[in-house]
This record gives sequence, C-alpha cells and structure tokens, in this order.
Amino acid sequence: MFGYALRRVLTAIPIVLLTITICFFILRLAPGGPFDGERALPPDVLKNLRAHYNLDQPIWMQYFIYIGGVLRGDFGPSMVMEDFSVSRLISIGLPFTLMLGFTAFFFGTIGGMIAGALAAVNQNRWPDYVLVAIVLVGIIIPNFLMANLVQLGFGVYLRWLPVGGYQPGSMLHLVLPVLILALPHGGRVARLVRGSMIEVLGTNYIRTARSKGLGTRLVLMRHALKPALIPVVSYLGPGLSYLLTGSLVVEQVFALPGIGKYFITAALNRDYGLVLGTTILYVFIILALNLIVDVLYAWLDPKVRYR
Amino acid sequence: MAGITGKDAVLSAYAAALEAPKGRSLTQDALRRLVANKAALVSVFVLVAIVLIAYVGPYFLPWAYDKIDWSSIRKPPNFDKGHYFGTDQNGRDLLARTLQGTQMSLLVAGVATAVSVIIGVVYGAIAGYFGGRLDAVMMRFVDIMYALPYILFVIILVVIFGRSPVLLFVGIGCLEWLTMARIVRGQTLSLKQREFVEAARAGGAGPFTIIFRHILPNLTGPVVIYATLTIPEIIITESFLSYLGLGVQEPQTSLGTLISFGAPVAEAMPWMLIAPAVFLVAMLLCFSYLGDGLRDALDPKDR
Repeated sequence: MFGYALRRVLTAIPIVLLTITICFFILRLAPGGPFDGERALPPDVLKNLRAHYNLDQPIWMQYFIYIGGVLRGDFGPSMVMEDFSVSRLISIGLPFTLMLGFTAFFFGTIGGMIAGALAAVNQNRWPDYVLVAIVLVGIIIPNFLMANLVQLGFGVYLRWLPVGGYQPGSMLHLVLPVLILALPHGGRVARLVRGSMIEVLGTNYIRTARSKGLGTRLVLMRHALKPALIPVVSYLGPGLSYLLTGSLVVEQVFALPGIGKYFITAALNRDYGLVLGTTILYVFIILALNLIVDVLYAWLDPKVRYR
Repeated sequence: MAGITGKDAVLSAYAAALEAPKGRSLTQDALRRLVANKAALVSVFVLVAIVLIAYVGPYFLPWAYDKIDWSSIRKPPNFDKGHYFGTDQNGRDLLARTLQGTQMSLLVAGVATAVSVIIGVVYGAIAGYFGGRLDAVMMRFVDIMYALPYILFVIILVVIFGRSPVLLFVGIGCLEWLTMARIVRGQTLSLKQREFVEAARAGGAGPFTIIFRHILPNLTGPVVIYATLTIPEIIITESFLSYLGLGVQEPQTSLGTLISFGAPVAEAMPWMLIAPAVFLVAMLLCFSYLGDGLRDALDPKDR
C-alpha cells in the first residue's frame, strides 16, 4: 500500500502541472486584462505596469517565470489588490475556508450516515419517508436559495442566530453556514448509505447473524454497518470538492472572510495571479484529500487490492 | 401431412381460434412502469405545464420582461395593472421576468445536456470499445476530472468568453459529461462481448461503424436516464453562476439572477423571492422525480 500511495503522489505532480499550464494559458490568451478600467491608463503608466508584472515578456517566458515562482512557493503579486501578494491573500482566507469545509464535512458525513442507516432500518415506515423527504429537499434546493431561506427564517424572523458575518471565536456565526454546506453533502451520503444498507440487510450473512440469536443492535453494529459504509468512502473524495466549491456561495451569502470571495472578485477583475493561485491550491488540496480517501478505502474494504 | 388422422386439422383450427399471445416490447414495459409511478407521471405533467407557461405565457401578459412601468416600482402583486406577481426594483413585471428566466433555465437544460450527452457518450463508447491501455488512460483522466473543482473552471470560462449565454451553456455541458462517460463505458464493455457485435465484426464492419451502428442504439435506456438526471445538475449550475453575477446579462434574466435580487429584500418584498424560487424548485423536483422514475422503469437490474 505504501508503494501505491507513493505512485499516486507521483502521478499527482503532472496533474497539478497540467492544471497550472492550462489555466495559465487560458487566462493569458483571453481578451481583456487586469488594467482595463473605466478610464484608459496613460500609455507610459501602462507600459511600466506591464513591465512590473512581466506582462511585456513573451508568453512562454512569463509561463516559466510563474512556474519557477510556484515551485518556490511564491504565487506572485495580486494584480488588482495592490500591495498584496497572492500568498498573503491566500493565507488570510484559506484557513477559514478549510475550517468551514471540514466542519461541514464532519457533521454532514456523520449525520448522513446516521440518517441513511435509520432510514434503511425503518424501510417503508414513517421515519424512512420523513428522512427521504429531508434528503431530497437538501439535495434539490440549490445551496444559495437554501442559504437565503435559513437566513430569513432563523436570522430575520426567529432571531435565533446571526444573519451573517463572522467574529473570531463565535460559534453561533458558523451554525447556519455549516448547516447549508453540510445539508447537500449529508443528503448524498444518506442516500448512499440507505441504498447499500438495504442491500446488505438482505444478504445471507445478516440472516445467519439474526438466526443465531444476535440482537438487532448488535447485528447492525457488528455486521451491517461496515460493508454498508464502503460506497460512502468512494463518494467522500468528490464530496469534498463539492464542499470546497460550495463554500464559494456560502461565503458570499453569509459574508464570511474565506478564500471563495476573493476568487470570485479576482475572476471578475482578471486578477490572473490570484485566480491561478487559488485554483492551484484547490486542485492540490483536493488531490491530496482524494489520496487519503483512497488509502482509507483500501483499509476498509479487504476486497480492494492495489497493484 | 394434415389429414392422416384428422387430428392435425382439428388442432390447427383450435389454434387459429386462440388469441395470439400479446408480446410486450421492452419499451412498452418501461412505459407501463413509468405510468404506474405517480410521482414521475405528475412530474411529466408539471414539466409540460411549465414549458408551455414559460414559452406561451408571455404572449398573454400585458407587460414584456424588459418593459419598465414607472408608476409601480417594487410593488406587490396588483391585478388591476396586470402585475400578477408584482414588480421588481426597476418596475419590471416579475411574472414576465420569471417566465423569461424559466425559458433561460430550460434552454440551458437543453443545450448543456445535449453537449454533455454527446461528449460523454462518444468518450465512454470509445474507451469501453477499444479497452486496454487507451481505456485505462481515458478513465484515469475522468477520475482526475471528477476530483477537480469544476465550478472554478466554469467561472474562469465564463469570465474569459464573456457572458454570451450559448458559450455559457456549452461550457457547462463540457464539464458535466463525466458520469455519462463512466456509465456508457461500463455498458459498452459488456455490449462488445455480445454476439451481434461479433457478427458485425465478422461482416467486416470497422470499429466506428460498430460503435455508432450497433453499440450506441443499445445504450439509449441508460443514456436517457442519466441525461434526465443531469438536467437538474445543470440548471443548478447555471442558476448558481447567475446568482454570483456571472450568468446572462440584463435585460435578460435567469432564475438565479432573480433570486439573487429577491433574496436580500425578501423581508420587505417577499414576492421578489417567492416567484422565481417556486419555479426553480418545481422544475428541479420534477426533473429529479422523472429521472428516478425513468431509472426504476428502465433499469435492467430491476427486471
């Protein structure tokens, strides 16, 4: 398994490089630039600015300068937010986004598993119907709409929770954002667990376990739960990337200080450096998390063998 | 032969009098199952109604979606003036705008789904049919794409290619084909072992003739199912982009844009949020129920 992990790390390197290359050239070849404003800049100023950001060099030269910087951990300056380097902006926003994403991931996964298992055990009885309905609502209603609805419900009408914003150390400000992020993720997990649990509960070895007199709880915990969770593990990788991108909208709606807000503004302003830096970082994080998930998968399911 | 004992004649007369057993084709079977599924059936009717209202409705409304009524800005529903859903912050009729937004969502659903189906089917069929190293490389690529935060790429594409709706739709379609490719590949792997493919190959058909003439027609069921399940995903993506301000441009609108304008003022002017939200959620629910119903009706595992 160590060899497998090592090979996965090695294959991840060209993927990251390829992503950087594609994004770099798409962004550079597109019309428009970071210095297009309402008012055209004087040609001399523009020339100096372009020279400062190396934009006057041939494009392949810019590419190598950029790659060289990334390898040294320097993502270059932000072209629109003067005096800020991309690395600094990322280091301001990223910890918050990660914290939000992982909290939602944790609660969503656990909640989804419990809901899915409960629904499967009570198949075609009222707890099943209620849970399936909640799951459907969680998956179907887009997160930006859901975010606005809970903001209205809990924040404006009931006044139980803050509508938005964030104060360091305040848990209350995080309840609604985490809920919104966790709901669709938990819903998908619950769907998977319900399906596979129903399948597992119909197998012969569960019948054997029951017929030798084991109680329901013991059968579920010892025999049914682990095999039923295997399909969930393979969903966790894509699920994480949904969560990280979902936080774009949640940060926007709840006015939270994460990296997602920077990304959208940066894309709109053609801030090449910031867009590239954020994308690279996301790709890197997601690939790393996928690797962890795959290794976890091998540990959970003895049938999976990595060559 | 007949007439030696007379028995054959009797028997064949008897057989002719019997009603021929009615065979049911697979399609008929699936249709019957779909009709039996009430949620799916209701969804079909609601969807047809939404399409009709979205495209025919505007002709019967007193206000066009981009017409400004200076005398009523941000007004609740008013039947005398013909603003059945009220007006928005610029005095434009909200029902007309909601219908226009619904048209936009349906258009995205059509164009982007078509693009994603074409790419996914061709990609999956080629990977599955040729197999081996090519298959391994192509599917590894799909795995990687699965893991990438595709919405970031959509945002980059939208920013670069401008807010042209067609490009937006094609861009979304280009990034939503992954599941389709996986499913088509799996089906192709099993189909290519079948006798009729072997017969075609023995008859001298080239690989692409086999793929397009013999394998793809047999994939219709799963492709239709997953296309239906892709539609809500695509509608969500488009409304998400519009919500962030990256979608279609004024005076055209989309349900996501309407929600983004309606949400901040929902406390004082709830009608600005309710109308687009109801249309969006109704459409998503119906497509999702229809997709599930089609899957239950067509899924070979169920038979």
